[in-house]
Amino acid sequence: MSSLSYDQSKTIANKTIGILAFITVFEVLFALLGKGYLIEGFHISGWITGGAMMVLSIVKAYLIVYEFMHMKYEVPGLVKTVLLPTLLLVWAIIAFMAEGKYWGTSRSNVKNPVSQVESVK
Amino acid sequence: MASDTLAHDHHTDTHAGGSWKGGSEPFKASYGKLMMWYFLLSDAFTFSGFLIAYGALRFSMPSWPVPDFVFSTFPGGFHHLPLLFVTVMTFILLASSYTMVRAVQEGHRENKRGVVVWMMWTILGGAAFLGCQAWEWNTLMGKEHMTVTTNPFGSHTVSGTYLEGDGHDIKEGDTFEAGDSYLMHKHDGEWAPLKYTITSEGPNKGKEGKQTFGPKAFGALFFFITGFHGFHVLSGVAFLLIICLNSATGLYAKRRNGYEMVEKIGLYWHFVDLVWVFVFLFFYLL
Repeated sequence: MSSLSYDQSKTIANKTIGILAFITVFEVLFALLGKGYLIEGFHISGWITGGAMMVLSIVKAYLIVYEFMHMKYEVPGLVKTVLLPTLLLVWAIIAFMAEGKYWGTSRSNVKNPVSQVESVK
Repeated sequence: MASDTLAHDHHTDTHAGGSWKGGSEPFKASYGKLMMWYFLLSDAFTFSGFLIAYGALRFSMPSWPVPDFVFSTFPGGFHHLPLLFVTVMTFILLASSYTMVRAVQEGHRENKRGVVVWMMWTILGGAAFLGCQAWEWNTLMGKEHMTVTTNPFGSHTVSGTYLEGDGHDIKEGDTFEAGDSYLMHKHDGEWAPLKYTITSEGPNKGKEGKQTFGPKAFGALFFFITGFHGFHVLSGVAFLLIICLNSATGLYAKRRNGYEMVEKIGLYWHFVDLVWVFVFLFFYLL
């Protein structure tokens, strides 16, 4: 339960949905711009657009969890028991992306590899 | 001595507010709300497992279907509109999250009419999202023939000139560069990979090649992950309906707890939106 008045929480909700909508539009336009759909011949490195969109998605996640799901107004113990376990995912992501890269390299090192794509009937 | 210890024990017991007798709420949240949070935490791990599998398999492949090529159709027969339809879907889900917030706020001030009206908008948003997803799946499966095991979305590894057209986007004599995407079509129920002459430098220059299927895992990952999310939306809509009906009949008004059930289903509904943020990121934006 928050200590905010009805009008205060309504204002916060309006502001939050505005920011979320803005970020979403920005992400889509940025993705299309980076891939050269908006300006002919203009590209941005996938690392920059990808990184920016990951950061923006985390901002969106923060707004949804903290404002829409009211995590901001819960007691610290609840916040910690829910959010700290998700830190485990940081290593899972790093480890599995590295593992994926390794699968790719070992597959390309195989002599006479089994065709990576299904042969056309 | 013995009686002293007993008295002492009794004292600490009452001092702790009778925690063992129940009735006190850890973290100042009710049992139901707390368990909803922990359920959502575990669900977040399930979705993370799926998305991490997607990332690992994508990293292991030399090429991957380009999302703005794969997801570029729009209802009404429109093509070449990259990401437009999924952006619409994202906005529908965001809007339904907002209406859910409003329902919870009306619940806090015990306004039954407000709760029911805003929940009905939320249900409508959820149903609209499911409708969009049904259309998207139908297009991918029915028109583009993508299945769990077959992925007709490929990428060229060389540049070349097509020797034949497919009657859709590709005409005879069209050229392409390495990295360009294509969609392999079926003719009379049979896959019809197009033949081309390789023009990029290398030992194969001048030789003939033909289109191949894209990474096989793409179809399975797409259908399982968006399907699992869609199933969450579907069950969310079912629970929203039940709770909306219960609110309308006055069941929650009687409880005088600020429509806590609405708050709990609200947590679930926002979580579904939260997952979509990441599905949207990994499948469509990156």
